[in-house]
Amino acid sequence: MIGLILVRLVQAALILLGVAALTFVLLYALPADPAVLLAGRNATPQIVASIRHQLGLDQPLPIQFWHYLTGLLHGDLGRSFNQKTAVGPLIAARLPATLTLMAAGIAVEVVLGLTLGVIAALKRGGFIDRCVMTASFVGVSTPQFLVALLLLYVFAATLGWFPMSGYGTPAHLVLPALTLGVLGAGWYARIVRSAMIDVLGQDYVRTANAKGLSATRVVLRHALPNALLPVIAMIGIDIGQFMGGTVVVEAVFGWPGIGQLAWQAIQQVDIPIIMGVTLTSALAIVLGNLVADLLAPLIDPRIRAA
Amino acid sequence: MAMPALLRGLLRRPTLLVGFVVIIGVLVAALFAPWLAPYSPDDQMFDGLSLEGAPLPPSHQFLLGTDTLGRDLLSRLIFGARTSLIIGLVANGTAVMTGLCVGVLAGYFSGLVGLVLMRFTDLMTAFPALLLAIVLAALLKPSLWIVAMVIAMVNWVQVARIAYTETRSLTERDFILAERAMGAGNLRILFLHIAPHLVPTAIVWGTLGIATTVLLEATLSFLGVGVQPPQPSWGNIVFESQSYFQSAPWLVFFPGAMILATALSFNIVGDELRDLLDPTQRGRG
Repeated sequence: MIGLILVRLVQAALILLGVAALTFVLLYALPADPAVLLAGRNATPQIVASIRHQLGLDQPLPIQFWHYLTGLLHGDLGRSFNQKTAVGPLIAARLPATLTLMAAGIAVEVVLGLTLGVIAALKRGGFIDRCVMTASFVGVSTPQFLVALLLLYVFAATLGWFPMSGYGTPAHLVLPALTLGVLGAGWYARIVRSAMIDVLGQDYVRTANAKGLSATRVVLRHALPNALLPVIAMIGIDIGQFMGGTVVVEAVFGWPGIGQLAWQAIQQVDIPIIMGVTLTSALAIVLGNLVADLLAPLIDPRIRAA
Repeated sequence: MAMPALLRGLLRRPTLLVGFVVIIGVLVAALFAPWLAPYSPDDQMFDGLSLEGAPLPPSHQFLLGTDTLGRDLLSRLIFGARTSLIIGLVANGTAVMTGLCVGVLAGYFSGLVGLVLMRFTDLMTAFPALLLAIVLAALLKPSLWIVAMVIAMVNWVQVARIAYTETRSLTERDFILAERAMGAGNLRILFLHIAPHLVPTAIVWGTLGIATTVLLEATLSFLGVGVQPPQPSWGNIVFESQSYFQSAPWLVFFPGAMILATALSFNIVGDELRDLLDPTQRGRG
């Protein structure tokens, strides 16, 4: 087990190294020149050159990458071009907002998904079942910004129940979390449904029913725990998706997370921040999958043998 | 003789029928946009704004209302179907082709080539796709084709993984061994014996992927880094009018509904095609 964890950690580190290299090459090979942007409209070539020198952009790409990498190993993500501060603390300051949003979004997905999925599995072929199957498709076919604007229109602009945008109170969290959660919930429900149908057909569930246990107890205590495995895997995937994927939601609701940081950095071609956010997201994707994989045998001992 | 069976199958599944109808509708709109649109999509009409300069709600004259510049929304949506479909087809076509090539090569040449290609694919799965697409689209000065290429770049990975798994299992089958024993070369085996088995995968992902692509294009355009105005796209219509959405909600809801309906239809039809062409995948996500 420990050997497996070590192997997976080394793999994860290698993948992150690869992501760093690829992002670096992509960003610095692009035509947008941050030095020209920083220098402003009326800058002489000398000023642009001196800024380029200051930022270390005049050095050969491999050397720049080497500097970046050695810095990275010391926990240094470089300095922002525009804000002149270290990128690490900038991202760290934005993390709580994104993590809150992520946790709330996943909570909405899991609660809605489990409830609907279990009901759909129990009443297979019924009205709720058909709704869930359709909803899972609608969920993956709806652009986030549409749901965000719809929720804003109904619950903020028309009804005035929640604030239009901002951060700080639980009321601010409701609409962004619903935007993330409602769309994903259909897919969770679909996964739970098919896992539950599998489990409900097994002998031990029939035994539990035959013993005379109440239907609620059989479903919640005996069947559901065995149907949770794919949900854990899905949460692992979502942790990765939401870390870099909340740009739209954060932009619409003015949520001050790392998505907004990235969005501002993109508009200013602030490459160190873009690099930093990309790496943070990649880290979340790798760790999310890793944790889900490592949790699986703890939840279902049958996997340990394989 | 096949037609009645197909038709009967369609009628038995109303969702599939609706999906087909929507796709055909969007195709027709895209192909015949200049003839179908009641006005020019770029025409900023004098009577297209109220006296106060606000966009007009849906009316007899402008069926879906007008936008903030007094242009007919219906005409812009019809021309927007062109943008969305071109990007959908080009980006997704490129993504599926790339994915198939990478997957098949990696699965067939299981040595160093396969290892390198699959590690690269693993690397791409760890990339935050949306973030990458936004960064690339923003820094590359977006145009229709750049947006399509950026979307293709982040979307080929899934197809590559599926093609890889399928090719791996095919390569170990007896009929490939027999071919090789008879002296067939790699190219002959790849094109005549492996490629045909991947046609269903290509068709399914060629359909399902369009949904993803249309959504990604809409998202990029909504953020202002996708297709640039005045060229209409469903995403940038919302981008242009989102600050007015309280007073002119139709400017957000109609394009949003188009995106949703199109993506949903491609997802439904793609999923049914998967059931039809590949029974082993039936019922899976």
